[in-house]
Amino acid sequence: MIEIFKQPNLDWMGKAKFFFTLSGLLLLIGWSAIFLKGGIKYGIDFRGGTNVDVRFAHPPNVDQLRASLQRQGLGNSEIQGVSDIANPNSNEVLIFVEQVGQGDQALDESKAKVLTALDATYGVEGTGKADFNAVTPSALANALSQKDPLGLSVNAGDKYQQIAKNLLTFRDTDKNGVLSSLDELSKVEGATPAVLSAIKDTYSLAPFTIRNVEIVGPKVGGELRNQAIRVTLYALAGMLLYIAFRFEWVYGAAAVIAVFHDVLITLGLFKVFGFEISLTVIAALLTLVGYSMNDTIVIFDRIRENSRLLRKEPFADVVNKSINQTLSRTILTSGLTFLTVLVLFLMGGQVLRAFSFALVVGIVVGTYSSFGIAAPLVVAWNRWRGQGVAAGTGTAAGNRPKGNGSGQPRLAPAGRR
Amino acid sequence: MNPNLKWKASFILGVILICIFFIFGLPTFPTSLAQIKDNFTRQIKLGLDLQGGTHLILQVQVQEAIAQETDQTVDRLTTQMRTKGIRYDEVRRVDDTHIVVRNVPSDQVSQFRDLVHDQFELNWELSSAPGEVNASLLTLRPSAISRIQETTMSQSLETIERRINALGLTEPTIQPHGRKENEILVQLPGEGDPARAKQVIQAGGQLELKLVEDPNPYPSEAAALAAHGGILPPGTEIVRGRNDTRTQDSQNSAENWYVLSRTPVVTGRDLRSATESRNTEMPGQWQINFVLSGEAARRFGPFTEQNRGRQMAIVLEKKVYSAPVIQSRIEDSGRIDGNFSQESAHDLALVLRAGALPASIKYLEERTVGPSLGADSIRHGVRASILSLLVVMVFMVFYYRLSGVNAVLALILNLVILLAALAMFGAVLTLPGIAGVILTIGMGVDSNVLVFERIREESRNGKSSSAAVEAGFSKAFLTIIDTHVTTVVSAFFLFIFGTGPIRGFAVTLTIGLIANVFTAIFVSKTIFQYHLTKMDRQAEISI
Repeated sequence: MIEIFKQPNLDWMGKAKFFFTLSGLLLLIGWSAIFLKGGIKYGIDFRGGTNVDVRFAHPPNVDQLRASLQRQGLGNSEIQGVSDIANPNSNEVLIFVEQVGQGDQALDESKAKVLTALDATYGVEGTGKADFNAVTPSALANALSQKDPLGLSVNAGDKYQQIAKNLLTFRDTDKNGVLSSLDELSKVEGATPAVLSAIKDTYSLAPFTIRNVEIVGPKVGGELRNQAIRVTLYALAGMLLYIAFRFEWVYGAAAVIAVFHDVLITLGLFKVFGFEISLTVIAALLTLVGYSMNDTIVIFDRIRENSRLLRKEPFADVVNKSINQTLSRTILTSGLTFLTVLVLFLMGGQVLRAFSFALVVGIVVGTYSSFGIAAPLVVAWNRWRGQGVAAGTGTAAGNRPKGNGSGQPRLAPAGRR
Repeated sequence: MNPNLKWKASFILGVILICIFFIFGLPTFPTSLAQIKDNFTRQIKLGLDLQGGTHLILQVQVQEAIAQETDQTVDRLTTQMRTKGIRYDEVRRVDDTHIVVRNVPSDQVSQFRDLVHDQFELNWELSSAPGEVNASLLTLRPSAISRIQETTMSQSLETIERRINALGLTEPTIQPHGRKENEILVQLPGEGDPARAKQVIQAGGQLELKLVEDPNPYPSEAAALAAHGGILPPGTEIVRGRNDTRTQDSQNSAENWYVLSRTPVVTGRDLRSATESRNTEMPGQWQINFVLSGEAARRFGPFTEQNRGRQMAIVLEKKVYSAPVIQSRIEDSGRIDGNFSQESAHDLALVLRAGALPASIKYLEERTVGPSLGADSIRHGVRASILSLLVVMVFMVFYYRLSGVNAVLALILNLVILLAALAMFGAVLTLPGIAGVILTIGMGVDSNVLVFERIREESRNGKSSSAAVEAGFSKAFLTIIDTHVTTVVSAFFLFIFGTGPIRGFAVTLTIGLIANVFTAIFVSKTIFQYHLTKMDRQAEISI
């Protein structure tokens, strides 16, 4: 049997003060960054604007790009390079333009300007031909059918549709969306020299492709933000109710405080590391809420079970024992889940970057908060309440009076009887 | 094997077979490998973020329809009052939902009241205008407002749906969006360029045929006005000609302004059909042929007879497309020329067929995912999922040995059930959905680890193998239920209140968690039980 811990026996509750200080410090770092450096950094979903994701065939000259954006009156747009471990030379650039005005002007005005700027700098000029890197399957199939380079008359549509699909799958999957020369297409099935020359007649190549465009109106942004906050609060309230129903309300409250603490720390670290909060990140935050809750409940469950078995021991000891008993499970699960999200963070592509960062942070913090925040809170409340009992103010609600041999008052959670 | 175990094993086998059937066996039962692959891609639908496409959220300006109702009521009210001989100083629209009527003579007030009561009671409430003497205020009832909103929305949805469907794209989604009752979500999978779809949606589709009152077109509005001595003849208007930007020919780009009769002879509502065809006179160009309804044709026939030799302007969207001379009596069919390409002729014809939108629309959101980004995301997502699955599996087998194999089997079955459920419900797999799958892997392992650690503990306390397995499962059971229910509760809220990516995530997570309860408890325990019956009672279980 391989084991990480043989019968661990650590005094977790004795270190409660240390844990609280650590959490306070983490919160302080993150939120002072937020307060001192212009608030939470929202992504396009929540602040509105235009985001254009461009991939170039060759490394782009950012200064040149900025200059040509400036000529379109988009001087204050943000240009950001995109790369990750799996794809270090992606030649990819994100251009963000803030929403101009609140008026009724066309939503896609900024998009059009960005495209004009790109065309002016890198575009195919004067040829009058369409850009092959931007063509859609239906348009390509249409163009081919009209040219009919294979001299088919019957069923030409189907055949050309198939060829168009093959060509574009090659462009999008094998070449990552950007061809640098139309001759590269010759490897594709069905791309006979006749087809290829027909394509060269109709299309030219711009050395870039638009990978993604997002345009969000400013009103939508605000609404989405409110909605996200509401959803998070509803979810927390739902969990509080369930735990209060299954355990006791103190446990529910402690778990929810711990989870809230996780979310706040993660938000702070988002600011420190410069990630943006988007809709997907909200999904990640809610996952982390679920995960942290999961971890806390495993420990609470053990506390519930142990307090029935070990009625004579002080409550803090019961909690320590419960944490120790579940420790190898905690380490194993957290370790494995951490590994999976780490893989996602390193290899999941840029779309999932912020999402997986939230999870990487969240799993560490969420695991820690179960024993570092949630359990000590229950113990602290119990001690405070217990002193009340000792002073003769009455018995704890929802708690059966028990014979306490040691004279140490404590609160046992309700549960299976 | 005891009969109980046999029953369990066949149940699990049944579940596996059904799942595989859902993933690969529909819609047609496969007979070849290619068909299996085809079924798989058809059953597991990919979201826009994975296959590329366009996502639009538009807002119907229902306020316009309400304002229109008020305008029409002002019109109707004044005509009615005139015909009934009720005198007034003013009938005026105050704002979108209020009309004020001033100075109806006191002997006619009751007549006025009766009129409003008889004709406008359903939508309007009559009261005296606050702070004014001898003035009445008509207020649009809230019930009427919500009725107008509802019909405007449903008409807009229908019209947009007809227009988009006629574009012939694969599986477009057009549905109400959000809880604010005036937003519409349009999703066009595989359509990388939203421009065409937006043009079709946006087009108002108002067609009017109007008589040309002055045979000369003018280069500008001022010139047209000057030619008539600065004052337009009554019942006419100046309309701009369509300036065709598609042809860069400098001669054609000169502006034309026409003086037209204000009232149309025929409008878009009178159309029975509209189709595009090749222009027989100008090769390479396309035209739109339209057919009028019977009633309109009865009007149009005599009208063209009378005005033979004059020009008839074809006005679309307040622009003159062409102004051909009426050569002969036209009964029910006509055509629109205008230097169209095949695509633009097709799109225009379908807009004419589908009818006009009841109110204009505004775009709130536009997202376009290029096909290469979608392909990238799939590649990354799948690679990350497989890698994390492998890491987890290798670790489990290394750490728990034979029991680890058990956990790996449960994990694989979990994923199979998840895919089958996605296929069965027609749910869409999105990128956050893949993240949900990865999280399911994590939580699935958690359940196994909980059980296994418990079994180890119990056997450390001296229980026999079979007793330890039994105790391990029963003690971990409640914990697993508690953790899963809390997560499902939060996923439920995400699904109800969330949008887009958040929903996709909630769906896969919920399905994964439910499947996990089945695999990590029922299936895993059955495998243990089977294993225990096979092995020596005294032997230690490999865990």
